[in-house]
Order: sequence, then C-alpha cells, then structure tokens
Amino acid sequence: MSGKSELIISKIRNGVVIDHIPAGRALLVLRLLGISGRDGFRVALVMNVESRKLGTKDIVKIEGRELTKDELNLVALVAPTATVNMIRDYEVVSKFKVTMPNVIEGLLKCKNPKCITNQQREPVKSRFRLVSREPLKLVCDYCGTMHELSDIEKSLGLV
Amino acid sequence: MVGFLDWFGRDIISVLDFGREDFEVLFTEALNMEKYAKSRLDVLGDKVLALAFFEPSTRTRLSFETAMLRLGGSVIGFSGTEATSMAKGENLADTIRMLDAYANAIVIRHSLEGAAKFAAGIAESPVINAGDGSQNHPTQAMLDLYTIWREFKVIDGLSIGILGDLRYARVVNSLVQALSYYRVRLHLISPELLRPRQELVEFMESRGMKYDWTNDPYNVINDLDVLYVVRIQRERFPDPMEYERIRGAYKVNLKLIERGKPNLVILHPLPRIDEVDFTVDNTPQARYFKQAGFGVPLRMALLRLVLGGGS
Ligand SMILES: [Zn+2]
Repeated sequence: MSGKSELIISKIRNGVVIDHIPAGRALLVLRLLGISGRDGFRVALVMNVESRKLGTKDIVKIEGRELTKDELNLVALVAPTATVNMIRDYEVVSKFKVTMPNVIEGLLKCKNPKCITNQQREPVKSRFRLVSREPLKLVCDYCGTMHELSDIEKSLGLV
Repeated sequence: MVGFLDWFGRDIISVLDFGREDFEVLFTEALNMEKYAKSRLDVLGDKVLALAFFEPSTRTRLSFETAMLRLGGSVIGFSGTEATSMAKGENLADTIRMLDAYANAIVIRHSLEGAAKFAAGIAESPVINAGDGSQNHPTQAMLDLYTIWREFKVIDGLSIGILGDLRYARVVNSLVQALSYYRVRLHLISPELLRPRQELVEFMESRGMKYDWTNDPYNVINDLDVLYVVRIQRERFPDPMEYERIRGAYKVNLKLIERGKPNLVILHPLPRIDEVDFTVDNTPQARYFKQAGFGVPLRMALLRLVLGGGS
C-alpha cells in the first residue's frame, strides 16, 4: 500500500484489506460480498488512489467480519486484479491474489427466464462454470446460457 | 462386458456426458435390438419406467413406452395437459421425488431448460432427458447418429447439412454436439434470423469442427451425404409475410434433391408439417420414416444399457 493511502485510513486490528481493486469498483466489491454498511461492520473505503501497478486503484478494509477464502475469491468477478491481506492483531497473517473460482454456486442469477434455476418454487441454486477468464465467460450449468461480464454485473445488481 | 457397465445406472442428460466409445456400445446394442423391436425380449420384467411428459410429445413418448414394453417392463406416467392438471400446485422437485419412489428410471420432457439436470440431481434412479426447453434432446441425437451409422456404416468423413431452425430447435443443439465426436463436414443452412446461437458457434469452434453457414440450400446440396431437416416455426417470425416467404425458400422438394448426390440421405426428427414436400416421400433419398422406426430399437438399447437387463 502506498504511503498516501495509509494517511487516509488507519490500520485495522482484525479483518481483511482488499487492495488493487480497479478504480471505481470498491462499491461493487462490497456489494458482491454482501456488505451493505447497515450490518455494523467497520468498513473503510478508499477510491481512486495512485497505484504503481494499476495507475489508480481502490482499497477496501473490512473489520470484524469473517470472510473465507472462497468468498473472497468471488471478488475476482468484478476485480480480477485484487489482492487480499488477512489481518490478525494488526499483522498480515496471509496474503493472496484473488482467483476466479471454477464453479460459482448460488450467487448469480441466470439471465435465461426459461432456466430451471429461475423458478421460485423449485429448490434449486444457480450454478455457473468458468469458461474463460479473459474475457470473462461463465456458463449456466443447468441451461447452458453463456454469461459475460456485463450479464454478471447486471445479475449482481451492479449496473 | 465393459461397455454395458459404462452405461449402467447413468443419467442421460446431454450427449456431451457420453463419448464415441459409448455411442459404439449403444449402436451395437441397438442393432441387436432390431430383431426384437416387433417381438419381445423379456429382460426388464421386474422394472418400471416412469414417463414424465410435462410437455406433449407423441413420437418420443410412444417409442420409449413401446421399447419398455418390448423388453418386458412396465410403464407409468403422464403427459401434456394431464400433467398440468395433475401437477396443480406441485413443483417439479416433489413430482420427481414421487416418481423416483415408484419407478426404476424416469424419462422427462419439460419446457424449462435444465429441468432434466435438476431432476437428475433429485432422483436416485437414472433420469433420461427427452427434451428440455430448446436446449437438449440427447436420445433424439443418438437416434439420428444411429440412423446415419446404419445408412453409411461410418460417420467419419461424411458431409452433413442441417437445414431449418438452427436457433431454437433443441435437436440441432444435441445433434451438433453428438457430431463433434466425429470428423464430419457440417453445412448449416437457415434464414438469417434462425442462425445458430452464439453458444453453439463457440462450441463448434472449441471442438475444432469444420462448419460453414449459408442461407441457401442450393449452395451446398451437391456436397451433402446427409440432409437433416428441422421445422421452421411460424411463431419465430414477427412478420407473417416474412414467414410465408421463407417457408417456400426452405422447402425440400424434388427440384432441390435432384441437384444432390444420388445416394443423399434425407432425415427429419418428425413431426413434419410441410418443410419436406410429400412428393419426396417416395424417393430413395427419403429415410425419415425409417429413422423414426429406429426409435424403438435405439430406445430399447438405451433402457437395457441403463437398467441393466442382462447381456
Ligand atoms: Zn440457466
């Protein structure tokens, strides 16, 4: 993290720092993780700060909410460049670059209205398989409909 | 027999769950079943097959039913409108759980895409997809492949034209997927509006299939070994005039097949409306009724392989 952004927000004791988010996508990352701001966790958000790697970037810090590696990897859907620092007692205990999971269950909605996963009365969770990372392509495991980044953002209510 | 074991207890949801070796086992068994297609082979006497046709079907349903009866088994189930009144308020999951408790295998046709896969996730018994939405119809594709194999004794090396609604016809999807296991030349023929979907184009690309597309059957007819015709539905066209115009241009008639190879084989999954002219029925090229006839032995083979009625 650059010296400048450290000036803006203080260190956190226990939680995660998600760094190297493409500029302007911090809110999408929070939405993806299901953090609304009304849930009581301390959240710090820095947008459009200088980054050596990306030019400008966003950073998100979340304190007090346990997030698993699987949950955090979903961030790759909207921020494939993101890195995660897990913090315990002010120390970085682990650090990883998010990687898109091969299977995404339950999170996204299939855009095909005739897909079985869009039937409210059936006990079924959506399931997508990763077909391509660049450009991002996911296929609905049930109906075979291809989804691109714009579909995924729409599905997440991000656009 | 290794081949038999490979099929036993399996769901049949998409042709992509199977491979060339599986098809070879199936074809050999179907050929064997042709002898019994008009008589009886008592191997599934202790088995019950459930036919869950949430959408109406004549051919597919009757051929499954006939196949099961010829193998000495029994059939339960429902079809079409009967299903909608029966399933008043009951969801698909619960209906499948009930059939799973009653039967040894479930054949399902449903208007929703992914319904068969969903059912297979719920049922312990094998689930056979008899068509879901506009996505898959694997047993029809297996029947199509079998017919081609019966006609030519090989599939590799053939030039195959698929004419009609390439966008919404589920048989097209499954047939192209099945043909991806063979070295064939595909000629796709359709009006612009009914070109194959992006998913199918990407699939053909990813499998390195040799294909091209034209809107005029006369461009490719002389190259074809097989002409596979599917229906073009009126509902797909916002403008009825446009439909009338297109219907004429895609009609398979004597004038078209005259330009083809003498040993051209014309197939159609049926039912036909008028996309293949009735005058074509009496030509040696017309094999669609024969193809429909193979539906029983092919499905006998499928049921026997999946339910394991001895060998
Ligand atoms: Zn879907």
